[in-house]
This record gives sequence, C-alpha cells and structure tokens, in this order.
Amino acid sequence: MTAAAAQGPNAAELRADARRERLVLGALAAPGLLLIGVVALAPIAWLFWLSVRKGDSYTLEHYARLLHPSYAYSLQTTFELTFLVTAICALLGYPLAYMIAQARQRAAAILLLFVLFPVWTSLLVRCYAWLVLLQRRGLVNTWLADAGLIDLPLRLVHNFTGTTIGMVHIMLPFMVLPLYATMRAIDRDYVRAAANLGATPSQAFRHVYVPLSLPGLAAGIIIVFILCLGFYVTPALLGGGRVMTWSMQIERNVTYHSDWGAASALGVVLLAMALAIFWAVGRVIGFNRILGGR
Amino acid sequence: MLDRPATETQITHGRRLWLYALGGLVLFFLVLPSLIVVPLSFSDTRFLQFPPPAYSTRWYEAYFGSREWRQATWISFAAAVLTTIVSTALGTLAAYSLHTMSGRAPRVLYAFFMMPLIVPAILVAIGTFLLYAQLGLNNTMAGIVLAHSTMAIPLVVITVASGLKSYDMNQEMVARSLGASRPRAFLTVTLPQIKVPVVTAALLAFITSLDEVTISLFVAGGDYATMTKRMFNALRDEIDPTIAAISTLLVALSVALLAASQFASRGEKR
Repeated sequence: MTAAAAQGPNAAELRADARRERLVLGALAAPGLLLIGVVALAPIAWLFWLSVRKGDSYTLEHYARLLHPSYAYSLQTTFELTFLVTAICALLGYPLAYMIAQARQRAAAILLLFVLFPVWTSLLVRCYAWLVLLQRRGLVNTWLADAGLIDLPLRLVHNFTGTTIGMVHIMLPFMVLPLYATMRAIDRDYVRAAANLGATPSQAFRHVYVPLSLPGLAAGIIIVFILCLGFYVTPALLGGGRVMTWSMQIERNVTYHSDWGAASALGVVLLAMALAIFWAVGRVIGFNRILGGR
Repeated sequence: MLDRPATETQITHGRRLWLYALGGLVLFFLVLPSLIVVPLSFSDTRFLQFPPPAYSTRWYEAYFGSREWRQATWISFAAAVLTTIVSTALGTLAAYSLHTMSGRAPRVLYAFFMMPLIVPAILVAIGTFLLYAQLGLNNTMAGIVLAHSTMAIPLVVITVASGLKSYDMNQEMVARSLGASRPRAFLTVTLPQIKVPVVTAALLAFITSLDEVTISLFVAGGDYATMTKRMFNALRDEIDPTIAAISTLLVALSVALLAASQFASRGEKR
C-alpha cells in the first residue's frame, strides 16, 4: 500500500522538490567558492601558465634558471629554517601542550589564553618587539652583558638566528593548539590501566600516552612546516637581507625585476612542495585532523 | 601540594616541577615579547632604551598627528569592517550549505575552502596583484576587501562548521514542518543557536584583515596603503618609536578582541 503510494505521481514531485532544494542549498556555498576561486586560486593557475611561457612559445627556461646556485642556496636556507623552526616548535610545544592538557579545566582555560594571545597579536608588532629585544644594544644583549655572560654584544638579529627566534615565536601556537586538542581527548583510563598493569610512569607515558598524542603532533608539525615554507614577513624583517628565503626570491623577482616568468616558476615549485608534503602527511593521518574540520 | 599525585600514574607534582618550569618559560616566551612595546611607546627618547630614561606621550602625538598614519589607520579599519561583513556572510552560508550536503561533496568543497590557508601567502599575493592589474583593482578598497576576504573565509568556515557539528538540524525541520520557510527557519532557529561560533568567526575575520601583511604589500598602495603596509616599510627602513605607540594600541585592541571572543564562548556554556 505505502510502497505503491510512494511510487505515485506525488513521489515524483517530492523527489523533484528535494532535488531543487539540494540545488538551492548547494548554491549557498557558491559565492564563497567563487570569490576564493577567482581572487586567490585562478591567478595561481595563471602564474603556472606564465611559468612555461616566453613570448609566444612554451619554454622550460624559467625552471632551468632555478638551477642557478643562488636559488639552490635560498632553497637550502628555506629548508634549514623550516626544519629548525618546526623542530624547536615541537620540542617546546609538546611539554607545554602536555602541561595544559593535564591541568584542571579552569587553569587550562587560562593557560590557553596565553597561547592564544600571540595569535591575536599583530604579526608586525611581534616582529618589531623582537627587533627591539635582539638588536645590538637591545634588551637581551644588555641583560647578558650585565649578568657578565658576554663581553661583546651578540649578533642576534638581521641574521639567521634572529629569523629563527622570531619564526618560532610566531609558529609555536600553531603547534600547541592541535597538540592540546588531541591530548585533551586522550582517555586517561588508558594511562591508568597501564599503571595498574605495572608500568612505571615513564613507561606509561612513552608506550601509551605518546602514541595516542602522535596525530596531534603530526598535525602541528605539518601546519608549522607548510606555514614556514612559504613565510615571507618575518624573514624579510628579521633576516635583514642576509637570510634569503624562497618566498623572498619570489617577491624580489616581481618587485625589483618584474620578472614574472622566474617569479612564477619559483611559485609553482613552492606550491608543489607545500601540496606534496600536505598530501603525503594527509594520506597518513587524515586531512581532517590537519584542518580541524569535519 | 607538591607530593600530591599529579596523574593516574602516581607521579607527584614535586617530580613534575621541571615540566611546570619549562611550560612556564615557554608561556613567558609567548607573551612577554609583545608586551615590551608598551613601556617603549611611552619613552621620551628616539633610541630604543630600556627602561626608558624619561616618559612622555610624544610618539602617540606623532602617530595621531601624522596624516599618513591617520589615513592608513582609516583604510585598515574600513577594510577590516567590510571584510568582516563579506567573509562572515559568505563563510557562514558556505558552512551551512556544506553541512546540509551528504556524500563526498562536502569534504571536497571543504578542502577547496581551505586552499587559501595552504597556498603560501606570497603566491596568493603576486597572483592577486597580477589579476588586479588587469581589472584595475590594485590600490582600491574593493580590491583590498576581496583579497582579505579570501583569507578570512576559510577561518569563518572552520569556526562555523565546527559550531554546526553540535547543532541538531532536526530543529530546523521542526520549524519548517510548522510552516516556516527555509530562510525563516535558518534565521530564527538555526542562526541564534550558532551565534557564538558566528561571532567568534567575525572577530577572527576582523583581526585577519587588520593584520594581513603579505597581500596588502602588493595590492594596497598610494592613498590606500594599509597600516600593515606602512608598518612593514617603516620596520624595514628605519625604526621609529612611533611604531611602538601604534604597536601598543594594536596590542590593546588584540587583548580586547580576544577578551570578546572568550566572553562570547563563556556565554554559550552557561
């Protein structure tokens, strides 16, 4: 009876209705997709096109130029910086996230505010603060000299060291937040069970807690790694021209040389590296963990 | 206190002191540097001495007295407000739309919305600059707002989508079965219940636009130079304590916005 009714003309109308409604609901996402597609992504496809063009013909010349030692050097600098910053963030971020995850709810909420504060603070303000702190006659050098630890001021900024310090400061929250989210979700009964079964605290931590927290660590590492790889502002300000990263080469080719072929080729390589790493890690730990989405 | 167990494995707080010390140091490292700009901004000298030999408000006067800085501030705030409106509206609609979809589509679209976060900003910057050069949108308010919105929409989508996860769509069905139209059901039933994530998303969009540097360096120039563009150039060329005064004001604003976002989410728990 009901089955027969569901196949009647009414059912067809209902299905058409449902389809129409799905279309309307789907269309609600269109303006946002269109904006991102047209303003942010389509131009990148255009850059890709420019990177293989010279005059009216196709060429790989722009990519061949990337083999020049100066580019190899800045690629090396970029990766050194990225690996170092990611490693330091992981080393500092893990204990901090662990401490916050172990704290009681109220305390954890307050400690998290300290982690969020830099995220909400202007990037340029933080770069400025580090310039002030690390310069030759800056606070850090003054303190170290007053404490009798150094005779001559250390070169802390406008070089690789300063860039690393500034980048760690900016990236650290992006390591701590996904780590914290994962750690908070770990069921403490697992650790308790390990202890009950005779594991020492360090064994329980190493064999039970750490493996359970690894997805958060992986998410943090991938986010920091990708952000570092293409980061422009901090190396440009704290590197003082001595640290030439891949992203700075891109800016330089556009601003000083108006060399869109070279800039595009550099950009395509950078994007390919970022996407390859994102895809590889995403395959292993799941894309949604990285993006914190559905 | 120190010999009370800290965890299930009976390790005590005393044996954990090193962890608290390390964690505390890292927190200091995260927070203190940004606060150093506050005393500096009240310094009387143009040299970056600490503590300042004498205090004054001359750098604030220099900031408020400068036509360029006032103009840049106005541009930045106008762009931030417009970006907040555009990206919160588009991002919320998108998150809602994705939430109603099933199958593979929402995952693929979600990934698409995240692209501006994954693609290095410098690439988006030169690409947008190239596009705007064709469209005549470089150095215009519309250009700045559209570019900033592409960076803010992913954050709005993330925030609102996570809010929708805990929302039961059947409530909207009930409203519709009682005769409410879909838009009406969304506005009167769904939206009030995802108010907190939407407000948080709006605050995030605002700060994202206000703080955006890389794209602004390329697409915002002349009379439409944003505060971040002027600050970037000032930091690269010559450091003037006026930057400290501006930084202090920006830190105060960050604290206010962070407090507002916390306040919003407190309200929800109650």
